[in-house]
Amino acid sequence: MDFTTFLQQLINGASLGSMYALIAIGYTMVYGVLRLINFAHGDIMMVGAFLTYMGTSAGLPFGAAVLLGILGSVIVGILTDKIAYKPLRDAPKISLLITAIGISFFLENLFNVLFGGVPRAFSAPDYLTKVWHIDKIYLPVTVLIIPIVTVVILTGVLWILYRTKYGMAIRALAFDIPTVKLMGIDADRIITIVFALGSALAAVGGVFYAVSYPSIDPLMGVIVGLKAFAAAVLGGIGSVTGAVLGGFILGFTEIMVVALFPELGGYKDAFAFFFLILVLLFRPTGIMGEDLERSRF
Amino acid sequence: MKNAIIKMLLILLSILLIAWAHRTFDSYTLSILNNIGIFAILALSYNLINGVAGQFSLEPNGFVAIGAYFTALFLIPPDDKLDMFALVDPAPIVQHMHMAFLPAILSGGIAATLIALLLSFPVFRVRGDYLAIVTLGFGFIIRIFALNSPAYTNGAMGLNDIPEVANFLWIGTIALVTFIVMLHIVYSRYGRAMKAVRDDEDAATAMGINTFKIKTVAFMTSAFFEGIGGGLLASFLTTITPDQFSFLLTFQLLIIIVLGGLGSMSGALLATILVMGSMEWLRFLDDDMVIFGMHTGAHPGMRMVVFAILLIVMMLFARKGLFGDREIHEIIRDKFLKKGNA
Amino acid sequence: MSQSLLEIRNVTMQFGGVTAIDNLSFKVPQGTIYGLIGPNGAGKTTIFNIVTGNYQPTEGTVIFDGKDITGTRPDRVVKLGIARTFQNIRLFKSMSVLENILIGFHDQIPYTYFEAIFRLPRYHRYERRIRTEAMGILEEFGIAEYADNEATALSYGNQRKVEIARALATKPKLLLLDEPAAGMNPIETEDLSNIIHKIKKDYDLTILLIEHDMKFVNAMCETVTVLDYGEKIFEGPPAEAIVDEKVVAAYLGDFTHA
Repeated sequence: MDFTTFLQQLINGASLGSMYALIAIGYTMVYGVLRLINFAHGDIMMVGAFLTYMGTSAGLPFGAAVLLGILGSVIVGILTDKIAYKPLRDAPKISLLITAIGISFFLENLFNVLFGGVPRAFSAPDYLTKVWHIDKIYLPVTVLIIPIVTVVILTGVLWILYRTKYGMAIRALAFDIPTVKLMGIDADRIITIVFALGSALAAVGGVFYAVSYPSIDPLMGVIVGLKAFAAAVLGGIGSVTGAVLGGFILGFTEIMVVALFPELGGYKDAFAFFFLILVLLFRPTGIMGEDLERSRF
Repeated sequence: MKNAIIKMLLILLSILLIAWAHRTFDSYTLSILNNIGIFAILALSYNLINGVAGQFSLEPNGFVAIGAYFTALFLIPPDDKLDMFALVDPAPIVQHMHMAFLPAILSGGIAATLIALLLSFPVFRVRGDYLAIVTLGFGFIIRIFALNSPAYTNGAMGLNDIPEVANFLWIGTIALVTFIVMLHIVYSRYGRAMKAVRDDEDAATAMGINTFKIKTVAFMTSAFFEGIGGGLLASFLTTITPDQFSFLLTFQLLIIIVLGGLGSMSGALLATILVMGSMEWLRFLDDDMVIFGMHTGAHPGMRMVVFAILLIVMMLFARKGLFGDREIHEIIRDKFLKKGNA
Repeated sequence: MSQSLLEIRNVTMQFGGVTAIDNLSFKVPQGTIYGLIGPNGAGKTTIFNIVTGNYQPTEGTVIFDGKDITGTRPDRVVKLGIARTFQNIRLFKSMSVLENILIGFHDQIPYTYFEAIFRLPRYHRYERRIRTEAMGILEEFGIAEYADNEATALSYGNQRKVEIARALATKPKLLLLDEPAAGMNPIETEDLSNIIHKIKKDYDLTILLIEHDMKFVNAMCETVTVLDYGEKIFEGPPAEAIVDEKVVAAYLGDFTHA
């Protein structure tokens, strides 16, 4: 592979990795705080993409449509917690997991009914569909913008987590819920913030995805969600920086391996699964190595 | 002794009923019964890992696919395979493999069991709830593999003209066997250990139970019967494609075992009949309905939305399902001999 | 001085920056009832968890019946002959009293999976045997009438008995009881005290017990070790412990101690 191709794939990998990272954060935060794998999280990404699509179809300017998508996802995320997870806080874990799968299935089929199973074309604004040609590198503007915007967003998230009192409360909650409650912190409100933040990020990831692969369908969140979760485990479940790291590693690997071995192309969706198995076999706490019993962001 | 006699009689009665049904009913009714029978086998096995051992898993569609493909490849005569494989020639081992019906079905079960064993190592040796995610991913991987290995699976075209050996005699009997085996497991030290692990894993360990072993045993057993169910499905449908073994299958089984009561085998049986029955009946939800004089329009998929809502509502308000985690004879017995509490 | 069945030798336990147990040593002689007492948070349950293999000590060894068992997996520790109860009574909620006891017999009836599925003779023999034994234990504890009741439906005192009975089913040589009298009224406590003495005799047990109730400790234990902030501050007969000035200071939370 020559250098320009390598560079090209590097940037592609950063772009794909960004999407995984954004979605992985939501998984890892909810798991860190509630010890719950929120199966519906990947579908939140889908909801964000579809609501943005609805916005643009209704004639809204792109920015406004994206805001609509984010807002809608946040609402869905918060509602999911309030309606389905909160009532089961003290129930056996398996009840919570089953409900999460139920929500996931519900969202997928709801949007299937509303929009039909055929993929819809997602129309991004012109300034996003431009393609630059530098040497032999073929750079859709999106591929460049996504990693940059993602880095900005991630900086923001880390700032929230480490420089605000809400972020500190979230990190404390990941440690020990009863003690946090005893300190007078409203654990439920913090959990709501966690869901809101995670959903917003997933929605952004969904918009990025829709812009990069301009078709959306109700099942788009499923595979991406699975991979994002694998990325979160790879990076160290419970750790936000781990989720980001895992997301980028997965993104790069997917792009690079297929670039180097095109015959493996059909299997690219399986890489995440193998990463997951390898991590669980050899280093279950992931790269950032957080103790599963006591996780920190 | 008395119990043993009752048990023998019930088994005999069931076999007679199966044989009678096989002789008497028309092919439409029999196909419904066959469907229910296969789903019963799947639900009973799914109930073991999820309900009895309490380990949330999403494995059925993956293991059913494995069982289906292995069985199909063993049942289809070698010459037919040569013609059938459209994209590439079948791999030699795939082309020549050929077995009688029962060994073919069993091979599907064994293949699934071995894979379950492999998956147990990354999943059960660590703390944390990774079984669900890994099995969910596993289902996808199987599909990816089936699509991308045409020499082994004929890719997206799938396999057809699978010899239709599975009839209600086979399916009914195997369902009966599965039910008995499951009950025997539950009412043994293994079943008790599984329930202990479900209720309180640390306390189970404190009783000397090797929780990794117990979870693995439960998982492998579930895989075995799901593989068998897959094999029967292949022979019953006579055509299989990678897309048939989607998450939807697992979701239907999940609804069934939750409705029946997680951990109750007789509950799973009853729920299979109820759910498979209502799946058909609720088809009207997918069509145009007239509510208060307004047309809703035809919305394929509305049925599944309703089912998803049903599951969520059940988890919120009726988590124990129909039988809780007890069997029907225990419920009847408790009704008649209500004891006081202390 | 009888042979020590359990020896804690220079055990230190650190969690992150916190030293939970600091160079602790004591010996539990065979056939005695030995007490482990001290203010809350002193590290008593941590010691239990180290003995049972739930925690690997940062330093030190655990010697049981002459063998080094430090860090042995918890389920293997049970097979070696150590059983424990929990501070907050962890019975199996979905099971009856009898079924809870039957779990304890898991390793005593090693019929295989296939023997269970095909209901071969060994299955029947073993199952019959443990049912009889389990009912026997329940009778000793005076709760045989509740055998088929849901375990968590019993009174607190009776639930505690079930938990101890369940531990007994594993045929231990050493029984670790974590605050068995917690939450009990004086009558229940006396009842428990009698039962513990009885089973110690009948089953030839050595008992290591964590407790707060000093009256109970006085009645039960021949020797106690007092822990404070993970350190041993006293070892000897309970009557002497009560008047030892360091022990008194620890329990009162002497301000100069911080």
